[in-house]
Amino acid sequence: METKNIMIVGVGGQGTLLTSRILGGIMLGAGYDVKMSEVHGMAQRGGSVVTYVRYGDNVSEPIVEEGQADVLIAFEQLEAKRYAHFLKKDGVLIVNTQRIDPMPVVIGAAEYPEGIVEELKKDYKVIDVDAMSEALKLGNPKVFNVIVLGVAAQHMDFTKEQWFEVIEKTVKPKFIDMNKTAFEVGYSL
Amino acid sequence: MDEQKKVMMLGNEAIARGAYEAGVKVSAAYPGTPSTEISENLVKYKDELYCEWSPNEKVAMEVAIGASFAGVRALASMKHVGVNVAADPLYSMSYIGVTGGLVLVAADDPGLYSSQNEQDSRMVARAAQVPVIEPSDSQEAKEFIKFAYDMSEKYDTPVIFRTTTRLSHSQGLVTLNDRLNIEDKPYERNIAKNVMMPGNAKKRHLVVEEREKRLIEDSCDFPINRVEMNDTKIGVITSGIPYQYVKEALPNASVLKLGLVNPLPRKMIEDFAKKVDKLIIFEELDPLIETQVKSWGIKAIGKEIFTIQGEYSANMLRKAVLNEDLDIKEAAEVPGRPPILCPGCPHRSAFTVLSKLKIHAAGDIGCYTLGAVPPLGVIDTTVCMGSSISSLHGMEKARGKEYIKNWVAVIGDSTFMHTGVNSLMNMVYNQGTGTVMILDNSTTGMTGHQDHAATGKTLQGDEVPAINIPELCRAIGVKNVYEINVFDVEGLEKLIKQELAKDEVSVIITKTPCVLLNKTPITHTCQVDEEKCKKCGMCMKPGCPAITRLPNGVTRIDTTMCNGCGLCKSQCKFGAIVDVPV
Repeated sequence: METKNIMIVGVGGQGTLLTSRILGGIMLGAGYDVKMSEVHGMAQRGGSVVTYVRYGDNVSEPIVEEGQADVLIAFEQLEAKRYAHFLKKDGVLIVNTQRIDPMPVVIGAAEYPEGIVEELKKDYKVIDVDAMSEALKLGNPKVFNVIVLGVAAQHMDFTKEQWFEVIEKTVKPKFIDMNKTAFEVGYSL
Repeated sequence: MDEQKKVMMLGNEAIARGAYEAGVKVSAAYPGTPSTEISENLVKYKDELYCEWSPNEKVAMEVAIGASFAGVRALASMKHVGVNVAADPLYSMSYIGVTGGLVLVAADDPGLYSSQNEQDSRMVARAAQVPVIEPSDSQEAKEFIKFAYDMSEKYDTPVIFRTTTRLSHSQGLVTLNDRLNIEDKPYERNIAKNVMMPGNAKKRHLVVEEREKRLIEDSCDFPINRVEMNDTKIGVITSGIPYQYVKEALPNASVLKLGLVNPLPRKMIEDFAKKVDKLIIFEELDPLIETQVKSWGIKAIGKEIFTIQGEYSANMLRKAVLNEDLDIKEAAEVPGRPPILCPGCPHRSAFTVLSKLKIHAAGDIGCYTLGAVPPLGVIDTTVCMGSSISSLHGMEKARGKEYIKNWVAVIGDSTFMHTGVNSLMNMVYNQGTGTVMILDNSTTGMTGHQDHAATGKTLQGDEVPAINIPELCRAIGVKNVYEINVFDVEGLEKLIKQELAKDEVSVIITKTPCVLLNKTPITHTCQVDEEKCKKCGMCMKPGCPAITRLPNGVTRIDTTMCNGCGLCKSQCKFGAIVDVPV
């Protein structure tokens, strides 16, 4: 099988690492060779972060390059725009519509672009979700990332039970139920 | 153990596993991205080995050296700039050699994800005449480190095991093996080898030269150096992560993959060069392989078409070697998103006070480096670990004590323990008058919360007496030592003004734990009363990411980000920010 490329982009602290590890876990369980690349250190402090998940029969490089992503999961609108050109022509962009102003915008040195999602829809296949509102309904804003993953999972060939199994293996025991509930919300949106 | 068990491992986790399997008994390190997770994973095997956080990389290296003298396999790990700190013992150990195998993991950071420079540790190794091994994925990371220990003992040399951010922080499948049972070597006193005074060192230098010659010959047969002959139109010499890009972009090319990148297997390279029409050298950062190969009269292409700065990619090869038109959309022009201090970060409070007082700061290495950028803009200089205090002292000696009356040195607790304490000794000894702020958040923050000598806990989880930073400063001879809660902005402002006025060394310790370590549940968040808000924007001055301005000018606080630190509230003159219980 040709190697498939998934990218997760967002703002440091949004949980891209956890999401990529769940994704990596499910690909591994399906018997694929998997490579993932993560961001640690300074960028984790509120900077723009990217993680890559690649799977197939035999994966060489651990990163996804421009024009190669089959799926791009963006946890924030501006980050979706920043990395959209990494998508393949027929790639899918799943974007959480949350807006987090970067510091240049906060201090008035730059403007946050308007109408990002509409703009992206002109060029790409876009699925947008307001996962933060859904997470707040569950009473836990932190699990929005797993809700987004649930939405993405609708477009992948794994059963809900397979996802649950990986979530159980990946997250800390006391957070398993919350994350499964969040996944379910995204999966049925 | 199931010999064929495969697991996903981060490069750094695989390095730790490899060290464990190689029978390492002692490991010492100072945290630094991208090396930190090596020790964090090695500690999982603490029942079978010892590992510690040392105060700095020089100490870590010397702990590992001691373990080697005592006849066991030892590891020191650090980021590339840490290798500079450990360079002194490293250079001498190159002469001394080893008893138990000795490996230094040097984690380079091409692309500067989390560093102050982009130096290439292979250059340090070349200067110190120490061999360098470099793996290309997690599986090799684990296997090659075992080879590194065998080589260290066979050739009587410390070995640098080089990784890069991309390797350290990528995950791949690794097959696990059992831990080797390596017997402790007996101690033999040998001053001609182990005491580096001039008469002995002269002789050892010649031994080092001989060792390097032997390695240049023998390494042509090392299994970690291998030729993959394919189409001979293009031949690529590469190593490390760039090898993966070659396999992606040029699957049909012939490849000489180097596992040992210093010294180079000259004959192997000469033979390979003869077999291919066009020789390409694909190495990130400095042209270390390229310069040597070209110096042997071999025609090759390298930095003429590849950058010396940043990470490489497969697309880079597709463009520069295959001249492919990649039809890639241009990246959209969007505002940047640089890293920032977290909501509720105690550093923000300290910087808000310094910013208000228009005070310059000689900065240091840690999260607080982020205080340099707008809107806080209070850090003027950042050089290296511990340099804040000593460079402020140098400024005073250059221009006199009045010159630094609107300057402070800003340093974190872990960085103070690393090398800042030496600088403070110097300031006292040489009659400085500087004001030093130790932003004590009780952890090594930027690298992901590691303990140090002043936190009271070790890497292995033992509770130990914490070094008392105020008492340490007093013992050095600082008379003016104060501790204050960093969120007491009025008190802090008063204290800074008072200490800057003195013609004596002062140390102000703002002791408030990192907000990410605070596990107590949030009791309230801050919210803006839109009726009272005068749209002055004072609450936005500290640059908290939770606060944004609405189109009508009033500000709003994102309650999913706010943790109620109250700094914005302290800035509002109109009482428009209130605590709301959660």
